[in-house]
Amino acid sequence: MRIPIPDFIHAIAAGDMTQAASILRGANPLPAICGRVCPQESQCEERCHMSNRFNAAAIGHLERFVADWERGQPANGGAPKPWRDEKIAVVGSGPAGLVCAGQLADMGYPVTVFEALHAPGGVLRYGIPEFRLPNAVLDWEIDVLRQRGVQILTNVIVGKTIALDDLLEKMGFAAIFIGTGAGLPKFLGIPGENLNGVFSANEFLTRINLMRAYESTADTPMKVGKRVAVIGSGNTAMDTVRSSLRMGAEEGLIVYRRSEAEMTARIEEYHHAIEEGVQFHWLTNPVEVLGNDEGWVTGLKCQVMELGEPDESGRARPVPVAGSEFVIPVDNVVLSIGTTPNPLLLSSTTGLETDRWGCLVADEKDGRTTRARIYAGGDVVTGAATVILAAGAGKNAAEAIHRDLSEAGEAADG
Amino acid sequence: MARIISKRTLTPVTRMFVVEAPLIAAAARPGQFVIVRVREDGERIPLTIADYDGDRGEITIVVQEVGVTTRLLGALGEGDDILDVAGPLGAAPEIAPGGHVVGVGGGFGAAALLCLMRDLTGRGEQTTAIVGAREKDLLILTDELRAVCGGLELCTDDGSAGFKGFVTERLQQLIDGDGSGSGAGRPDRVLAIGPMPMMRAVADTTRAAGIETLVSMDPLMIDGTGMCGGCRITVAGEVKFACVDGPFFDAHQVDFDEAVRRNKMYADLEHQAIERQATACQSAAGGAGCRSSEPIRRRCPSAMPAFAPTTSSRSTRAMICSAQCSRLNAACAARTPSASRGVPCASRSRTSSTP
Repeated sequence: MRIPIPDFIHAIAAGDMTQAASILRGANPLPAICGRVCPQESQCEERCHMSNRFNAAAIGHLERFVADWERGQPANGGAPKPWRDEKIAVVGSGPAGLVCAGQLADMGYPVTVFEALHAPGGVLRYGIPEFRLPNAVLDWEIDVLRQRGVQILTNVIVGKTIALDDLLEKMGFAAIFIGTGAGLPKFLGIPGENLNGVFSANEFLTRINLMRAYESTADTPMKVGKRVAVIGSGNTAMDTVRSSLRMGAEEGLIVYRRSEAEMTARIEEYHHAIEEGVQFHWLTNPVEVLGNDEGWVTGLKCQVMELGEPDESGRARPVPVAGSEFVIPVDNVVLSIGTTPNPLLLSSTTGLETDRWGCLVADEKDGRTTRARIYAGGDVVTGAATVILAAGAGKNAAEAIHRDLSEAGEAADG
Repeated sequence: MARIISKRTLTPVTRMFVVEAPLIAAAARPGQFVIVRVREDGERIPLTIADYDGDRGEITIVVQEVGVTTRLLGALGEGDDILDVAGPLGAAPEIAPGGHVVGVGGGFGAAALLCLMRDLTGRGEQTTAIVGAREKDLLILTDELRAVCGGLELCTDDGSAGFKGFVTERLQQLIDGDGSGSGAGRPDRVLAIGPMPMMRAVADTTRAAGIETLVSMDPLMIDGTGMCGGCRITVAGEVKFACVDGPFFDAHQVDFDEAVRRNKMYADLEHQAIERQATACQSAAGGAGCRSSEPIRRRCPSAMPAFAPTTSSRSTRAMICSAQCSRLNAACAARTPSASRGVPCASRSRTSSTP
């Protein structure tokens, strides 16, 4: 995100919070969110010069601190009206889209964000739970973007409600940023996966976070049993298993076919899960979901794995131990084994190249796709990754859009 | 927000809304659906687009009041706004040209046939619609359907209109070449829309005759865009997401046992929610849910008595019957303040409260 970290920390040290907030927001339109959910230990804090002699500065916590201070200040009364003519469409209101929209609005472009769901935020809304990112914080960040001139249209599924090409040809947008994320859940394809009580992590978290199934006033139901097994070891798996405990499960289990060393979750999320009493079944590969006569989950049949030679990902390949099958009795199984880009938009649009994983092909540095005036970034390009990478991609694309439109404008003037 | 332009009551528990939704109307194709939410903290439910008019910017939806959300929606009136309407979702069915296409609509499923049959008739297909209900007064949109189909076959359980019996029995007659009464020919393709047990019965009816049949599946959904996977069904041994891969599937390949079971996942919670709604409705006068419920609650016991399944030997008959029973009883229970009715509202239908 290229945040001038020493500058904003100096401003905090000098007690000038207004200045600190201004520096931070100029570089990152979602500081209160990034300060909470980003893996700083592998980003800014990993490269922190302080870590040569001390521990790294707690940059993430400082970012959160500054943003939360700003949140307590009176709203600054709105931004100037967009002063440029070229309208920009942003498809998807997750981290990539919101950052791209915020940056372009600051550069004076009229920006419209199209969101398929009834509430903006993308994975920040439906995926990341309240205990990691309160909805109030997300709402505030989105309100700040609105005050800065970003228009957000919910309930519009680009590719269904409006064709992507219609945004360019009929609605007069000069450029489009696609930040539709990786929303399609993967399933294992093992027997019993469609039993009642088996969910994708997306469904499980969406019921809780977007549909607020934990509230007595909400109509969307949720059934969480006493023992919940979550398959996978990423941040989403940790969010899911910790959510299940908050939804009343007595025991939350992580079931992962590799070992602790190959776990993909942030270490902080892992520690939180341990603190909350989550049980970890490493080197445990689910082979079948077992159910009762009514079709409800009763258990998860697994086999013990051992680590073999490195696979194509460079990690030790888990190999089943013959005759090691056993059953873990559980009431729910939640699959958190990854997501892929939703093909809904890409399949309804021609000329956009995708790779063999269904990811949209776009330049890493500027988000340019295989079509002119169409840019992309975030999980739709990289596959499921982090909020900060998506935010960075949104920012890079915003700068590329500005550069390309400026050049086109100059060429037209010349 | 989508403004309700007009509202029509089709049966005591079935309402038709014309809704202002220009973008959806312009993009819609026959057989697609919308996701609707009616209040903050409300659930998202899929509703089939019964009709659409791109020029006027309007879509038509038909709602049967069977759950919390459909009741709230049914209580809205002309000029009211529906909080969220998103779509069009899913894909139109692929029906090869040529041959006699028979659309079968069970209950309010008849409404969903409207634009499908108009489209097929319009492109030159020979079309017949078979629609059924318990009695004449519960048949819906017959004039509208007659106008867009080559032929219209009415079926009632009590014989008060058209053929006396179930839609599948009339369908079987047509398959057997007995178009007596209407002269309708043997179907070459069948399209069925309605409650799951009815669609399953249609599938069973056409399977033996080897007639290509599509059903419009309506599992529980949340987002409707492929994100949650809650709507997954098994078709020919493969897992499909009804929201994006469907909603139309080869009826003879659908795992109906699984689909029916998955649709009952929250039946108990839904029942509790309906009871809570009824209680809240009684205690707090003037809530949105109360507007329509009072007269219907009074009307309910006589208009829709608890309807016990017959003990017919024909499995299809029993299945349809039980679908109708639970549908009607669910609607009835929704209107009845006490929870004393013993029949669970387990059968989710196209407009049920689908979380």
